[in-house]
Amino acid sequence: MIWLNQILQGTLLGGYYALIACGLSFMYSVMRIINLAHGSLAVAAAYALFVLSDTYELNPFVALVIVLPVMALVGVALQRLVLERAKRGGTLVPVLATFGLAIVLDNALFQLFGADTRSLAPYIDELSYASWQIGDGLFVGELAVMTFATAVVMLGGLQLILSRTQVGRAIRATSEDPDTVGLIGIDGRRINAIAAAIAMVTVGIAGFFLALRATFDPYAGAPQLIFAFEAAVIGGAGSLWGTLVGGIVLGVAQSIGAQISSQGFLIGGHAVFLAVLLVRLSGPLGTLTAIRLVFRRSRK
Amino acid sequence: MSLLSVDGLVARHGLLEAVCGVQFRLEAGETLAIVGANGAGKTTLLRAIAGAHPIAAGTVSFRGEDVTALPAHRRTAAGLALVPEGRRLFGQMTVEENLMLGRFAGRTGSWTVERVMDAFPNLKERRRAKCSHLSGGEQQATAIGRALMTNPELLILDEVSLGLSPLIVDRVYEQIDGLVREGTTIILVEQNLSRALEVASNVICMLEGQIVLAGAAGTLSRDDVTNAYFGLGRVRAHGGTP
Repeated sequence: MIWLNQILQGTLLGGYYALIACGLSFMYSVMRIINLAHGSLAVAAAYALFVLSDTYELNPFVALVIVLPVMALVGVALQRLVLERAKRGGTLVPVLATFGLAIVLDNALFQLFGADTRSLAPYIDELSYASWQIGDGLFVGELAVMTFATAVVMLGGLQLILSRTQVGRAIRATSEDPDTVGLIGIDGRRINAIAAAIAMVTVGIAGFFLALRATFDPYAGAPQLIFAFEAAVIGGAGSLWGTLVGGIVLGVAQSIGAQISSQGFLIGGHAVFLAVLLVRLSGPLGTLTAIRLVFRRSRK
Repeated sequence: MSLLSVDGLVARHGLLEAVCGVQFRLEAGETLAIVGANGAGKTTLLRAIAGAHPIAAGTVSFRGEDVTALPAHRRTAAGLALVPEGRRLFGQMTVEENLMLGRFAGRTGSWTVERVMDAFPNLKERRRAKCSHLSGGEQQATAIGRALMTNPELLILDEVSLGLSPLIVDRVYEQIDGLVREGTTIILVEQNLSRALEVASNVICMLEGQIVLAGAAGTLSRDDVTNAYFGLGRVRAHGGTP
C-alpha cells in the first residue's frame, strides 16, 4: 500500500514536472534552442504573481490572467532581443546567452525581493492542503490533481495547436526549414516570436503552480531547470507527450527513492535520468557492456 | 508596365559573383525559359528574384513596384512564388499540410487544395502521407502545388525535372502546359534544351553569370542556343580565343 501510494503521489508530482518541462521541450523542438533561463523565467513569473497577490491583494487565479499575456510579451522580447541575435552566432551562443540571462534574472530578483522565501499558498485558502480520499489510506491533494490535469490539458492543447491550426503548421514548417518558409509567404521571424510567446505562457503557468505548491526564492530557478531538463530528456527531448511520460517517470523515481531512504528523493530522480541517458546514448547492449566493465574494474 | 523587370542584378556567394549585372523584362502571360550550363548562375538569379538570396546590387521590380528590399515572404504576398531547386518540402508534414501552408501568403484566388489535387491527380491518394515518404514525382507535384496555393501571378520553377524519370517529367510538363494555357506567367529553369524551347515563349541563355542570348523562342534556332550555352558564340564574336 505504501508503494502504491508513492507511485500515485509520484505520478501526480510528475504532472508538475511535465508542466515545467513543457516550455523547455517546446522551445527545443520548434526553435532548436536550449533555454537555460527557463527556470529563472518561471521564478520571475512566480514573483510577479506574488506581487499581484500580496501587494495588490488579487486572487492568484486573477493574477495569473494578468501575468500570462505579460509572459507572452516577454517571450516576444526574449526572441527578438536575445535568442534571434544569439542564434546567428551558431547553436552554442543561445545556450551561453540564456545562461547569462538566468544569472541576470536571479540576481535582479534577489536585489528586488531579498532572500526571503515566498509562496502563494497563503492566498489560496484550503486549496493548498485540501485532499480527496480515494481509497483506504490513499489521499490525493486537490492541488496536485489540478496540477496534473493542467499538464495534460496544456500538453494536449499544444499538440492540437501544432497539428490542427494554421499557426501550428507554420511553426512546424519553420522549425523544419526556416529558409524555405519565406518562399510560401510565411514570415519566419514572426512565427518564431509567436512560438517563443507560447513557450513563455507555459513557463508562466509552471511558475504559477511552483508558487502554489511550494516555496520559492530568487535562486530557485536552477533546480526547476534541472527537473525540467531531466523530465524532457527522459521523455525524449522535443516530444510533447513524451514530456508527460518523462515527468511522471521522474516524479515516481523521486517518490520511490524517498521511500527507500529519506535522503533518496533527489538521488532516485537523478539515477533514473542518468540510466535513461546512458541507454539513449549507447543503446541497451552498450549500457550492459559499460556496466560489466565498471563491475570488472571494481572487482580488481 | 512589365510584370517583372530586373535591372543590373548582382548576387554573390561570398567572393564569387554568381550573377553579374543581369537585366531582363517579363510581360504578363509570357513563359520565360532560362537555360545555361551548371554554375551559370540560374538558380542564384531565381533565388535573388524571389528574395531567398541577398541582392548585392541592382533592382527587381514586380508589377511596377520595387521589391529589391522586401523579404521573401512579402514578395510571395505580392504574388511571386518560387518552387525551389530540390523541392524543399516540409518532410515531416503531410501533402495536405504542405499545400495548406501556401495560404499564409494571404492572397485570394482560385487555387484550393482540391484544385491542386485535380491538377495533380497522383497526389489524391497520397493526401495524408508524409512528404518524406513520397516519390520524386509526387514531391515535385506537391512543391508546385504548394507554390500555386499562394495564388501567384508569377510562378518561378527551378529545375522541376531534376531527379525525375522521363515519364514523370512528361507528366509534370503536361501540368505546366496547362498553367501556361490558363495565362499564368512562368519563369522556368530547365537543363533539357528541347523541352525548354517547346514550352517557352521567350528564352534567356546564361553563361558565367551573364545573359549571353535572349529572344523569342520562335526566332532562336537550337544551334544559336547551343552556341550560347557553351560560350561558343562569344568566342566567335570576339574573333579569337577568349
